[in-house]
Amino acid sequence: MYEVLERSEIFNVHKMVIKAPEIANSINAGQFVIIMGSEYSERIPLTVSDWNTDTGTITLYILEAGISTLELARMKVGDSLYAVTGPLGIPSEIKHYGTVVLGGGCYGIGGIYPTARACKEAGNKVIAIIEARYSPMFYHEKELHAVSDQVLYATVDGSRGRKGKVEDVVTEMLEKGIKIDQAFFMGCAEMLERCSEATRPYAIPTKVALNSIMLDGSGMCGACRVSVGGETRFACVDGPEFDGHKVDWKELHKRKRAYAEQEIVVYQSYSHECLSEKKLRGEL
Amino acid sequence: MALTTKERMAIERHRMAEQPPDFRNRNFEEVPYGYTPEQAVAEAQRCLSCKKMPCVSGCPVEIPIPEFIALAAEEKFAESARLIKTKNVLPAVCGRVCPQETQCEGQCVRGKKDIAEAIAIGNLERFVADYERENDLMEVLKIQDKNGLKTAVIGSGPSGLTVAGDLVKLGYKVTIYEAFHRGGGVLVYGIPEFRLPKKIVEAEIGALEDLGVKIYYNSVIGRLYKVDDLFHSMGFNAVYIGVGAGLPIFLDIPGMNLNGVFSANEYLTRSNLMKSYLFPEYRTPMIVGRKVAVLGGGNVAMDSARTALRLGAEKVTIVYRRAREQMPARAAELHHAEEEEIEFRLLSSPVEIFGNEGGWVTGMKCQRYELGEPDESGRQRPVPIENSFFEFDCDQVIVSIGGQANPLITKTTPDMKVNKWGYIEVDPWGRTSKKFVYAGGDIVTGAATVISAMGAGRRAAKAIHEDLMKESDETFTQGWW
Ligand SMILES: Cc1cc2nc3c(=O)[nH]c(=O)nc-3n(C[C@H](O)[C@H](O)[C@H](O)COP(=O)(O)OP(=O)(O)OC[C@H]3O[C@@H](n4cnc5c(N)ncnc54)[C@H](O)[C@@H]3O)c2cc1C
Ligand SMILES: Cc1cc2nc3c(=O)[nH]c(=O)nc-3n(C[C@H](O)[C@H](O)[C@H](O)COP(=O)(O)OP(=O)(O)OC[C@H]3O[C@@H](n4cnc5c(N)ncnc54)[C@H](O)[C@@H]3O)c2cc1C
Ligand code: SF4
Ligand code: FES
Repeated sequence: MYEVLERSEIFNVHKMVIKAPEIANSINAGQFVIIMGSEYSERIPLTVSDWNTDTGTITLYILEAGISTLELARMKVGDSLYAVTGPLGIPSEIKHYGTVVLGGGCYGIGGIYPTARACKEAGNKVIAIIEARYSPMFYHEKELHAVSDQVLYATVDGSRGRKGKVEDVVTEMLEKGIKIDQAFFMGCAEMLERCSEATRPYAIPTKVALNSIMLDGSGMCGACRVSVGGETRFACVDGPEFDGHKVDWKELHKRKRAYAEQEIVVYQSYSHECLSEKKLRGEL
Repeated sequence: MALTTKERMAIERHRMAEQPPDFRNRNFEEVPYGYTPEQAVAEAQRCLSCKKMPCVSGCPVEIPIPEFIALAAEEKFAESARLIKTKNVLPAVCGRVCPQETQCEGQCVRGKKDIAEAIAIGNLERFVADYERENDLMEVLKIQDKNGLKTAVIGSGPSGLTVAGDLVKLGYKVTIYEAFHRGGGVLVYGIPEFRLPKKIVEAEIGALEDLGVKIYYNSVIGRLYKVDDLFHSMGFNAVYIGVGAGLPIFLDIPGMNLNGVFSANEYLTRSNLMKSYLFPEYRTPMIVGRKVAVLGGGNVAMDSARTALRLGAEKVTIVYRRAREQMPARAAELHHAEEEEIEFRLLSSPVEIFGNEGGWVTGMKCQRYELGEPDESGRQRPVPIENSFFEFDCDQVIVSIGGQANPLITKTTPDMKVNKWGYIEVDPWGRTSKKFVYAGGDIVTGAATVISAMGAGRRAAKAIHEDLMKESDETFTQGWW
């Protein structure tokens, strides 16, 4: 079950195509899956960036961030994942908005693609804005171009598109008076906050795909709780998309750091395991 | 040789040997070791085989208690276990987790004066079931010829497992859809290893699979398929919903979203299902608290408190709004918790949780309560005492004040009636308002017990069989004409 059919990597972002026909059949834009690489793994949420009902596959882009993503990154074609649960979360709200801006950073470059595609199919003008440290780090571009009226780039070093980040491109558009009817953002929490701050002065309806820490993904634990407009919501079942202007970002950033210490411990124990493995094989 | 009543009366109740409190509070092994065969026989001999069988009337599924005990007294342990299984398919589980003091043992004539002298029915149930399993005497059950009908069971908790077992034996093709990557529901993700070893649940699930029950894990119904899809695209003839209560409740007080505040569900799921007590071998992280406060007074609160202790907490305090006598936890759990030196702050409830700059819990402020007039349930209502606040330090708070219905399935099945709290409405046999859809367990009753969930499963299996047989007779006659 859940065989890995395709693997590639672009710097530290890993593409993984997985056999999961039931999920491919029922998934919609904006939804995610929860994955365990092995029986020992943590359950981690990952956005489904594409799917194919003919081949029965889903596509994930995994940013190496710690032990779980690293273990997934080490998996090869032919390996099988222990558990893939999904689709989870409420799909993106797709309708005729007019002009839709979708901003993506790190895993969000791939992650915004299904929503962009659905928005395009619903007759919207779609503008995708993607950011990276420098030019070779972009991925999934061909697909994104195919469903967007425009793809704008931002790079930290200025090697492609505007020097800066997604929010700088958004601000520039808004300053120029370009009308945006709906904005979607996906990426790290800091990026989501900055982008929400960029659209706030112009009161652009803004949805952000939150990435709080999750466990079950079906509403039974509350690990993923976030404060939105003064109310506690569970990101896995009430979201992941919320109004970016109402999210309590300070709380989210703190909650995301809850396991920082343990993340280091487990990472070190893993490196230690790798070293001993190598020693056993006589490579060290 | 048969004993006289007098001789039987002279035998004192046999307690199970246990790990000593100051040893077990740092490991996750089961606390009681169980009876030896000799102890089991001697305990069984205490039973008076009362004609009126008050114990049986206290049992929600009416296990033939004096009969199974009589078999145990004759050392026919496997036969004894099989007799229980005609009424209760999970005796090794129920022997460990049923609130016997309010059920069978609560009615036992020998416990009339002192409940501690009632026949140890739970211990005996556990012993004979363990004996059967550990000696590989589990019977391969006979199943009737396949009848060509397909049933789906949503959730693999005790109620779902019971329905699946009953239906597969009747000749149905049974498919279970379970949201998690492992089966057993609360038995696996909620109740800790030191109270219910997971290998017991695994053995039961294995036995069901041997009978041909197919289990699809990682399948969240309501998202992956809707209930209607199960009928229309997947061709099931009936669907049973046994998804448990699920949703945690948090208090509406400041500080609930600080780091270090967990729902009991999260805390126990991390530790039990994800095995984070074996971190970092198992990757799911767990933060070990130094001073842990647990809110609530039920089994869930006791399990959380005792888990915190075993994970390495220096001090664990239970904060409960009512008095000791009103705690809904099983007597054995309270007793074990007290032995393990868990502190109880009764008649108190938090009003605020304090945190530091980094967003971590540092302490909490509570208000004292006193007991007032009885409420509808007959329990004296706790009333806050004005200006009676106190504060104490803690770095973790585990909230276990109850659950709520998870709306994932009910919301995606709008033509099935739910009550005002979101629990599914059923007739006494588990029939919902939607044709060929049945429900039982915590999703119908709210948080209850393992045995009541199993009882509901058994009744629903009967209803499903009756309804489908009637339907297929009709189809058959229609086809004929
Ligand atoms: C709805 C949703 C969709 C996501 N989609 C993607 C995606 O498509 N691609 C991708 O690369 N990442 C995605 N993420 C983030 C991804 O889940 C985390 O990067 C991953 O869990 C990190 O695990 P780790 O062990 O490798 O790193 P760790 O060292 O454990 O942690 C690194 C960071 O990840 C966060 N994190 C850790 N554990 C969890 C957890 N169980 N749940 C959520 N966050 C966690 C922590 O806040 C921490 O800051 C998504 C998160 C959410 C909630
Ligand atoms: C910590 C704790 C300790 C307890 N201790 C005791 C005790 O000592 N004695 C006692 O009698 N009772 C005890 N209980 C209560 C008892 O466990 C429950 O009443 C009982 O498990 C209910 O059984 P159930 O089958 O209705 O649901 P559950 O056991 O909750 O199982 C439901 C299953 O359905 C799955 N599910 C949920 N949603 C979906 C979905 N959408 N799709 C697919 N699957 C889904 C869940 O993952 C779960 O596996 C305790 C409960 C807890 C939480
Ligand atoms: S009431 Fe007690 S003594 Fe009487 S039959 Fe039941 S278990 Fe035995
Ligand atoms: S991840 Fe458990 S409720 Fe959201």
